[in-house]
Amino acid sequence: MTGGEVEGEVDGTKAADPALQALIEQVRAARADGTQLDIRGGGTKAWYGEAPQGVPLDVTGLRGISSYEPTELVVTVRAGTPLAELEAALAEKGQCLPFEPPRFARNDAVGGTVGGMVAAGLAGPARAAVGGVRDYVLGATLLNGRAEVLSFGGQVMKNVAGYDVARLLAGSMGTLGVICEVSLKVLPVPVARTTLRFDVAQADALRMLNTWCGQPLPLNASAWWHGVLVLRLAGAAAAVDAAVARLGGEVVDAAMADSFWTGLRDQTDEFFIGAAQAVDGGAALWRMSVPQVAAPLVLADEQLVEWGGAQRWLISSAPADQVRAAAAAAGGHATLYRSLDKSPGVFAPLSAPLARIQRDLQTAFDPDRVFNRGRLYPER
Amino acid sequence: MNAPLPAAALDRAARQREIVAALAPVVPAHALLWQAEDTVPYECDGLTAYRQQPLVVVLPETEGQVAAVLKACHALKVPVVARGAGTGLSGGALPHALGVTLSLAKFNKILKVDAYSRTATVQCGVRNLAISEAAAPHGLYYAPDPSSQIACTIGGNVAENSGGVHCLKYGLTLHNVLRVRGFTVEGEAVEFGSLALDTPGLDLLPVVVGSEGMLAVTTEVTVKLVPKPQLARCIMASFDDIRKAGDAVAAVIAAGIIPAGLEMMDKPMTAAVEDFVHAGYDLEAQAILLCESDGTPEEVAEEIGRMLDVLAGAGATRMEVSKDEAQRLKFWSGRKNAFPASGRISPDYMCMDSTIPRKRLADILLAIAEMERKYQLRCANVFHAGDGNLHPLILFDANDPDQLHRCELFGADILETSVRLGGTVTGEHGVGVEKLNSMCVQFAPGEREQMFALKAAFDPAGLLNPGKVIPTLQRCAEYGRMHVSKGLLPFPQLERF
Repeated sequence: MTGGEVEGEVDGTKAADPALQALIEQVRAARADGTQLDIRGGGTKAWYGEAPQGVPLDVTGLRGISSYEPTELVVTVRAGTPLAELEAALAEKGQCLPFEPPRFARNDAVGGTVGGMVAAGLAGPARAAVGGVRDYVLGATLLNGRAEVLSFGGQVMKNVAGYDVARLLAGSMGTLGVICEVSLKVLPVPVARTTLRFDVAQADALRMLNTWCGQPLPLNASAWWHGVLVLRLAGAAAAVDAAVARLGGEVVDAAMADSFWTGLRDQTDEFFIGAAQAVDGGAALWRMSVPQVAAPLVLADEQLVEWGGAQRWLISSAPADQVRAAAAAAGGHATLYRSLDKSPGVFAPLSAPLARIQRDLQTAFDPDRVFNRGRLYPER
Repeated sequence: MNAPLPAAALDRAARQREIVAALAPVVPAHALLWQAEDTVPYECDGLTAYRQQPLVVVLPETEGQVAAVLKACHALKVPVVARGAGTGLSGGALPHALGVTLSLAKFNKILKVDAYSRTATVQCGVRNLAISEAAAPHGLYYAPDPSSQIACTIGGNVAENSGGVHCLKYGLTLHNVLRVRGFTVEGEAVEFGSLALDTPGLDLLPVVVGSEGMLAVTTEVTVKLVPKPQLARCIMASFDDIRKAGDAVAAVIAAGIIPAGLEMMDKPMTAAVEDFVHAGYDLEAQAILLCESDGTPEEVAEEIGRMLDVLAGAGATRMEVSKDEAQRLKFWSGRKNAFPASGRISPDYMCMDSTIPRKRLADILLAIAEMERKYQLRCANVFHAGDGNLHPLILFDANDPDQLHRCELFGADILETSVRLGGTVTGEHGVGVEKLNSMCVQFAPGEREQMFALKAAFDPAGLLNPGKVIPTLQRCAEYGRMHVSKGLLPFPQLERF
């Protein structure tokens, strides 16, 4: 918001911010001499999407929490702030980012940033129950391809003034501009959590999950792999206890459960370790996003099912066309999540009108295509 | 101005003949209206102060006809204004003087309610409440509940990103819609979102939802259905000071509780509604909070207990918990009838819709009290306190031009004060034509230009609902000199907000 008279906000403050000023200058210069820029936060997701091109534009100078009001359920944070730093500040007040973005943190580094989290738009185990990244974006400040600093949305839950540009940035892979600051909705950490396990085949697990989802139960996350369904309940203690009594299954030790969900969230658990090895050996890790009720996909490879059935990870050497066809037949799409060979294209092709709108939108925000060119779809 | 009007110089009647000739071959004769007496009912939406007869009204019955109408209009460069039930409060469906109003009233079928996948696929003209009614036998419902839900349609909800009294816990329209099917301005079929939880490429769904008919024409929507809570109970709490009530709202959230509903009424509003519904409200209270919990019986018992502790700690002077569903609905009846009740104590009223950070609640109330003195008009206040969305109702008599004028200044003052307090000019009613000037205050020129560029990516010729939502530079420059009249609500008996 930049009416010019908004308290303690925008133009005056931000223009005076040396880190932002430096970025503006770099974008101006890049635009003037036709340089392409590769927006960089923590550098933890360079493997995701199409290959980065251009000169790195380091945004980690935009660091720090600008405002955090626990009773407003809103935090405003600069994009280069490490995700770990934001999550620690929220945890101190008993709050969290409910969509559990993967952190990809390495031991020797600060890990991913808030800007990278929004740009990649990836969410963790609780996604189906609580919503994804874009559902929690309330506002954003963007440095566009004309080197203009613009703010959209705001710091309030209900806001229908103008187009919702802030939410469009979630998953945009930096192709619309540099995310400088975001306001996010946050929620209290659930009072109670219990994890259950069931030994069932995939088809039965899908049937159980979809049936339970239609009932007033505090389901929060699920994962099926190798004949085991793991289910997390979260909410009021009374509701969780009642659900445990009703659903049966075996209660998983709390510490073990935490470690399991963290590993799944950060993609460091056994399945993903196996996937990394398979990828090194020439296979691919696919992320299939399908309707929750889709039947088990007939792909004879290693599968991990999350999000109540809506996200299915596949380690496979099958041709890309076959994987994409299976996802499309189920009503969804497949992303070539990790692979040494990205020639089939990372993201599933768009329909003609959507491809045209997307291209024109990118031009509307970044006329010279300075930022992250080709990161979503390869460009000639 | 906002709309390119290549035909502006053409004679209106000639233009009308041209459009009728182009549309007659693609829709049945009864679906095409252009005689003045037939198009009069379409001259305004819920914001009746703005009226404009369209050149032509077309009521297609199939998607094929929608596509053909759009193609024909695009070829002639005719502005197209899509229209649902016409209950919108910001003039979003106000016709264009040289345009076609595309009524989607015939798209009123529920195509599929699927209990297993918890989704409903419906045509855009299906009423919001009809979806929940169709889902009820499965123990499911559609969560967003704008108070006009018996009349407003899902297509209109998508256009406005409608809220309701339960969105703090259950989200807005955007959070409850999976897929929007529609047509581009060129008449090409397009789908945003899908039955999966995400789609490849840029996520256009959040831009299309809430775009007020400026980017595409919606014909079909797939919504999420959620299990109906087994039980809901509501606490009615009184406070002797409005600031204490505001602090109580913050205290509930700080305690880690997300109530199913959290609403506030001030003393003048409480008096007005008590007289109307006789719900037993505390007439001595400076503010009344309605705080609702829903879920399993165990969950509700636990949460109500915690809420009572927090509210007592925050200085509630009186608290009552609904004993049964009848009493719960009675607690809500006053809140839901704030509009008709206001209609009984004043000849006219104007409803505002800004949002502020919750912590500024007392500040805006004090500012509004000051404005009452300044503009010599009374104002009663209801709030979606949980999410900071306020609906001040300015009471006036439209037959007195000076009162109307003061009311308009009062309203603009509230919106601009809300922006200064870190909020927004519209929380759920949309910009339409009503709040175009206020958009000049909220957004800088570069931001408005970026929004125009976004629209052009969907609609290069600027033919879909032109002139709404984003004010031109020229208009913002003129703001301050211009006189903008505000609207009165039709259907005053309808529950709203």
